Amino acid sequence: MNGWTGTTLRVNLTTGDIKKEPTNLQDARNFIGARGLASKILTDEIDPKIDPLSPANKLIFAPGPLSGTMAPSMGRYDVVCKAPLTNLIAASNSGGSFGPELKFAGYDMVILEGAAKKPAYLWIKDDAVELRDASAVWGMNVPDTTDALRAVTDEDAKVACIGPAGEKKVLFASIMNEMGRAAGRSGVGAVMGSKMLKAIVVVGTKPVTVADPDAFEKAVMVAREKISTHPVGGTGLRVYGTDVLVNILNSVGSLPTRNFHDGYFANADKFGGESLTAKYLTRPRGCFSCIISCGRATKVTNPKFAGEGEGPEYESAWCFGSDCGIDDMDAITKANYICNDLGLDTITMGSTIACAMDLYESGHISLKDTGGMAVPFGDPELMVKLVEMTGNREGFGDQLAEGSYRLATRYGHPEFSMTAKMQEMAAYDPRGVQGIGLNFATNNRGGCHVRGYTISPEVLGVPFKVDQHATEGKPGLVITFQNLTAALDSCGTCLFTTFGIGADELAALLSAVTGIQYSTEDFMKAGERIWNLERMFDLKSWITAKDDKIPERMMKEAIHTGPSKGEVSHVDQMLPEYYQLRGWDAKGVPTPEKLKELSLA
Amino acid sequence: MAKFIMIQPDKCTGCKNCVQACSYVKEKQFRPSASRIHVYSWEREGISVPMMCQQCSDAPCASVCPTGAMHRVDGSSLIDYDASKCIRCRMCVQACPFGNAIYDSVTDRILKCDTCHDDPSCVAACPVKAIEYVDENIATRSRKKVFATKFKEAFKEVA
Repeated sequence: MNGWTGTTLRVNLTTGDIKKEPTNLQDARNFIGARGLASKILTDEIDPKIDPLSPANKLIFAPGPLSGTMAPSMGRYDVVCKAPLTNLIAASNSGGSFGPELKFAGYDMVILEGAAKKPAYLWIKDDAVELRDASAVWGMNVPDTTDALRAVTDEDAKVACIGPAGEKKVLFASIMNEMGRAAGRSGVGAVMGSKMLKAIVVVGTKPVTVADPDAFEKAVMVAREKISTHPVGGTGLRVYGTDVLVNILNSVGSLPTRNFHDGYFANADKFGGESLTAKYLTRPRGCFSCIISCGRATKVTNPKFAGEGEGPEYESAWCFGSDCGIDDMDAITKANYICNDLGLDTITMGSTIACAMDLYESGHISLKDTGGMAVPFGDPELMVKLVEMTGNREGFGDQLAEGSYRLATRYGHPEFSMTAKMQEMAAYDPRGVQGIGLNFATNNRGGCHVRGYTISPEVLGVPFKVDQHATEGKPGLVITFQNLTAALDSCGTCLFTTFGIGADELAALLSAVTGIQYSTEDFMKAGERIWNLERMFDLKSWITAKDDKIPERMMKEAIHTGPSKGEVSHVDQMLPEYYQLRGWDAKGVPTPEKLKELSLA
Repeated sequence: MAKFIMIQPDKCTGCKNCVQACSYVKEKQFRPSASRIHVYSWEREGISVPMMCQQCSDAPCASVCPTGAMHRVDGSSLIDYDASKCIRCRMCVQACPFGNAIYDSVTDRILKCDTCHDDPSCVAACPVKAIEYVDENIATRSRKKVFATKFKEAFKEVA
């Protein structure tokens, strides 16, 4: 067996049963691995209508066939389940070394079923797999949990765990591995918490092998060369991190500001990548097999917000920054550290605080709703405090722990929530960049940027430049990026490799590793298959075509200042063409012919 | 002039491309436990340190080897391992003060860096030059220059 290990681990937390099953290789061929293959299993095994926080939900940890090889920047894993934030299918991916370590232990996936009656952790050392009592670490933050579990297992073990936020089922709790790496979006950490599973601890000493070494070596050389000589993949991300995007997005008038009331922030440079590198960066960090090194080891010395850790990424800097009307990088970085420690998704956290600030300034919530706290835009100390309170579900933080959609709805104003399908949109203003708005509206996990990153051509000009304000051609562009990302996620590949390579190079790598020949078309078709599989689950869960939308503010309130002043989003105009190009009917449902073509019927 | 592998932990990102390259070149598979180079990371501080055989001039692994399996290559700074002479007593593993000679139960051999005979694959794989293969007499030049540059800048400010 090459690429895949051929073995899937299935653990029932209710009964304590631990089973090893052969990985379904027909499904592996069609859905690749990671996001795709785990989604196939989830959709086969659970009813889309279940309560995501009930024992009926399943939680799948899945690296890809390229994870654990030397394919550059391809060591990621996905966590797949039904998500509590969106009630849709979730696949949140994370880097570090955890995914490859699962492969080295001999597993393509770990499927967790049921729920433990008391706190537990799963200890995997190659073939030896054991459920152990986690009472001693329940309540601990992420770094302390990691250290404590290493002390009782193996000092070099890779640990993926939840913090207090996951235990308390904050609806956007993350799963953290190696302290600073997050499977962040959609609330996968709350599902882990609902199962009373504190952590998976793994040590692996087995090999991952490749089918065709000669072809593999060539494909690796080509991919490394193309990524390392690319100005973004080879230099920009290592020098400035993803936070380099702050000034870029602001310069094109698409940096959402004060809960998306505006798309331009005058002081953005104070929390941009250039400032981060100059004042906070200790050194760049890389995930397993990474040649890009966008990770940021940082330090804040200001005693008020002092700390050390990883981050912030661009989206984190944005949501705690301009989206909250804040330009204080010390506070922004501290908020990021607290999210890492407590196990929270930064994007939903920041955007939910921005929503609360917006509701407060608009008079829709008052001091009596917040427990006496004034919640204005622009207060860095308040923002940091709210992150801590949310992670621990204290006071007003207990309301923020439900995410912005439920918060705004509680006060009768869901239109204040900057979400698509209940997931907070990321740091790209859909009024200033038309394609990304269509991606938010149609994304299978709601307001997600990474699964249809049209910012690449629309703003960065990679691999070619298109007009950010145009709507023409955008539906096709969005679909291509969505399909490509579905396929590359399923390999265990980092999205940032697309700053250098694309489907041709990835198909070559996947073919060489697995020994199954994927043409570029096969690869893209797998991506389309995975996208449609996820769509079918979401339709069966709760959405209809009327939910393929972004907040009405994006259509009704133009950007007030900056280079995109006067712009609104035109998602409605692009949607019919999107459905048509997808091979879906006017109600956004994949046609029987399309499902048959994709072998999903 | 002889060369040796110089590590620069300050540049290391912890990506383990060196580990993967070593395992692949030596074993044609990706098995970090079979690598002759290992990277240890401290996540709270964000620091990683690569570790591999230093090819000691007065090498304890070779001194204790009863069969000459672990031996100095004539006219070279390399300590090499000859599996055909090895009796698996693992005295070299016991003797190495750095823990850089390892016994691998999968292959029943000693794992120790041999610099890929003067062309280290780990160095070629490192994306950030955190490990470099340099002339031994000027090995620390780049490190010294980093600080010398800071010194220079300080003088410029005073002047």
